[in-house]
Amino acid sequence: MLQGGVIVVSSFAYLGLLFAIAYYADKRADAGRSVIASPYIYSLSLAVYATAWTFYGSVGRAAVDGVGFLPIYIGPTLMIALWWVVMRKILRISKQNRITSLADFIASRYGKSALLGGMVTVIAVIGIVPYISLQLKAVSNGFLILMQYPEIVMPAKVGAVPVLQDTALWVALILALFTIAFGTRHLDAAEHHEGMVAAIAFESLVKLLAFVAVGVYVTFVIYDGFGDVFARAAADRALAPMLTPLEGVAGSYSNWIWLTILSMLAIMFLPRQFQVSVIENKDESHLNKAIWLFPLYMLAINVFVLPLAFGGRLHFPAGVVDADTYVLTIPMAEKQELLALLVFIGGLSAATGMVIVETIALSTMACNDLLMPVLLRMKSLRLNERLDLTGLLLGIRRGAIVLILLLGYLYFRLAGEAYALVSIGLISFAAVAQFAPAALGGIFWKGGTRRGALAGLLAGFLVWSYTLLLPALARSGWLPVALLEQGPWGIGLLRPLELFGLKGLDQITHAMIWSMVANIGAYVAGSLSGSPSAEETRQASLFVDVLRGGGAGARFWRGTASAPQLYGVLARFLGTEGADEAFRSYAGARGLRWPAEQVTADADFVHFAETQLAGAIGAASARIMVASVVKEEALSLEEVRNILDEASQVVMYSHQLEQKSRELEEATTELRAANERLKELDRLKDDFLSTVTHELRTPLTSIRAFTEILHQEPEIDAAQRRKFLGIITRETERLTRLINQVLDLAKIEAGRALWHETRVDMQQVISDAVTAMGQVFEEKGIRVDVRMPERVSPVHADLDRMIQVMLNLLSNAVKFCDPAAGRIEIALSESDGWLRVDVRDNGAGISAQDQQAIFDKFRQVGDTLTDKPHGTGLGLPISRHIIEHHAGRLWVESERGQGATFSFDLPVAS
Amino acid sequence: MGDFEKSGQRLIALCLLGFLLFNYPVLALFNLPQTVFGIPVLYAYIFCAWALLIGAMAWVVEKRR
Repeated sequence: MLQGGVIVVSSFAYLGLLFAIAYYADKRADAGRSVIASPYIYSLSLAVYATAWTFYGSVGRAAVDGVGFLPIYIGPTLMIALWWVVMRKILRISKQNRITSLADFIASRYGKSALLGGMVTVIAVIGIVPYISLQLKAVSNGFLILMQYPEIVMPAKVGAVPVLQDTALWVALILALFTIAFGTRHLDAAEHHEGMVAAIAFESLVKLLAFVAVGVYVTFVIYDGFGDVFARAAADRALAPMLTPLEGVAGSYSNWIWLTILSMLAIMFLPRQFQVSVIENKDESHLNKAIWLFPLYMLAINVFVLPLAFGGRLHFPAGVVDADTYVLTIPMAEKQELLALLVFIGGLSAATGMVIVETIALSTMACNDLLMPVLLRMKSLRLNERLDLTGLLLGIRRGAIVLILLLGYLYFRLAGEAYALVSIGLISFAAVAQFAPAALGGIFWKGGTRRGALAGLLAGFLVWSYTLLLPALARSGWLPVALLEQGPWGIGLLRPLELFGLKGLDQITHAMIWSMVANIGAYVAGSLSGSPSAEETRQASLFVDVLRGGGAGARFWRGTASAPQLYGVLARFLGTEGADEAFRSYAGARGLRWPAEQVTADADFVHFAETQLAGAIGAASARIMVASVVKEEALSLEEVRNILDEASQVVMYSHQLEQKSRELEEATTELRAANERLKELDRLKDDFLSTVTHELRTPLTSIRAFTEILHQEPEIDAAQRRKFLGIITRETERLTRLINQVLDLAKIEAGRALWHETRVDMQQVISDAVTAMGQVFEEKGIRVDVRMPERVSPVHADLDRMIQVMLNLLSNAVKFCDPAAGRIEIALSESDGWLRVDVRDNGAGISAQDQQAIFDKFRQVGDTLTDKPHGTGLGLPISRHIIEHHAGRLWVESERGQGATFSFDLPVAS
Repeated sequence: MGDFEKSGQRLIALCLLGFLLFNYPVLALFNLPQTVFGIPVLYAYIFCAWALLIGAMAWVVEKRR
């Protein structure tokens, strides 16, 4: 079933499907309904990190040195934990400055230096070309091996086939066409490739699925689970040592550390990673999910690597089958055609994903940061006068894509045979790691200068070339091997693999140590040895302080410009539509209706236009273009410093101001609350006073009235006189009682009352109270029933106060019980450490809404207009205060017509 | 804002922890010939520690909401 035709047709069907996905996503994006605005898609697109190198090469490396491949995936896990801080900053900077690539980022940071951008581009292209060749090698080898099915034959040596019959060349060309169709269909001012991202996310799913499928098949179908694979490996003499594969501190462990660091840098500075994680990022918050989803993907795709590696080595006799192809050859040997085809497609997806994103990123860099600055400076081309340059830009990018893939193919022909997949990939990792000092230093250290960045990059790159690229060429026979063994001109200390006599490390570790020493050293020394220009100082501040409200690039510009001229420049690079859009959005934000109302070309607008342009052609080129149409006055370093100082002072002041105003607001809120409380207290006091005076006036009025009668009419008869005097006495008593109670309540409420607490026997209290009221009960003909247990526990309380409460409740009951056949029941009970006293009358009862009110001061239930008030209205509030002071409760239960029961409880003394 | 910065610091701490867990000398402690459920100790350790680290990162990031 697996003839060549089937393989080719399925491959093209797969590429077609990718294209359909990309097309759909682009259409949706144009309609404003983005499919990639999801943290899941973002995380999956980051998995473009896993290339054919992961897919085939991990197993190859694992088959040689066990866990040695793992740092390449553990490193990104560690790095992504720092993304919360680092990547957020990079994202913010890139959005504000409309960064289009890694080269643009670095160039922009160091004063929009075209030279630096060009250098980063050259290093990236040279560094990444081996990596691309690796993808070509993987796909073409996979294809050739699968073609031979059911035989398992390793492909012939690279040089053996004429160029035009070489599968790898055709793979390269097809991928170039595909990438052009994908990434350069039109020019996007923001460099977003939504279709590409959607397709990449899909590819990430496919390669994971394919790899896990073959892993499960080998581990659980051919063998009997993980344990079985490892047990058989342990039984094999050649494989047993690999089960504890880390030996020696200087060797394995230091390699391990350096591989971890290397991959930590690679996940940030591989051009394709920068493209998907920064340039294509739609929303900063997508980082949150990606921080754990992406490492999870890495973990998942690595779980089956070791079983596959051991499975392969157990399956095939040593030296016959290349370990890099185990993923494909094991299913073939087991005659699993469909699985083998799935694996091939998985490998294809891993390779195409990498090639597409990488070449798009590199071509953008090559166009914006290498060619455009040069072309724009060449006056003889008269590019400035051409009306529409979008066609030119697209043409350059397409050409760059083809060129980069052909370079990849060239490297494959020249050096591809000498190394396993993993080693080729690591050479590229080491190249992009050279960007780390300039890029990371640039966002955290304002002191980094253009000079330092140039020196660091150059030094690092030279050491990288000498220790990694040179040996690769020598091993492939393009340079004499003696160069490696004896060193140039026979100088042993300069041997590329043992520079300055550093031995015992693997090639990558060795190269990383020396290149990082050179790079960081030159970067720091170069930065500290000179002083930055005005432009550099300003960009440094914009980058490093981005999180502290940057984005005020316009402050630094002074000069004159005309809006129509700027429009002309924008139109040339973005097309008329793009320029219209930009002008409209700018004018709209300022409440103008462009083009009816013209915008003024002030500093703000020039800055806006330059940023727009930077989004299409990079910061360095945009600087050149804008400078060509506006007359600007160069700011001196001193002026830029002043502006920055001023700005940081303003920021500081505004922080202080914010702080102060927040404090002020809090204080205001507190004051308002306190004022409310005071008002409430004042109102309560007024209420209380007016009620008290009202209550006092009633007895006073009647006393005064009777006294006046007695005074004015001396001939009043004796009986009448005695009656009046009796009333006066009673009213005076009432007045005294009222005043006493008011004073009492005020004392209790203010907490100034004196309490004489002793052990009190409630039985005694009740008996005393009933005895004291005996006269009253008799006068009114009220029957009193007292029910008490034999003995109750004492309570800890003030005896007089307790009697006061009982008297209050009893006199209350007397007032309200049935006037004809009055009846009062008193009950005392004890349960669970509480004593409870109930006083029940058989009066009219208290309606539900009055039950709470009767505990308010001076509240007397009933119609105050017709009923004569029966008391002072202070008895119940005082009683409640007393009971609550003793940690008890006082409440009432009643229904209209059923009488009322006043109850209180008190805790038993311990 | 404080919450946000705290998450950042927690993640940095996890990164440092990861560096410790996946390097000499901790790694050497697990470089043993024995097996756990038939899987060599070193392999089992690396994958378990890795998974736990990812879990911790997910916890730090997701619990903010």
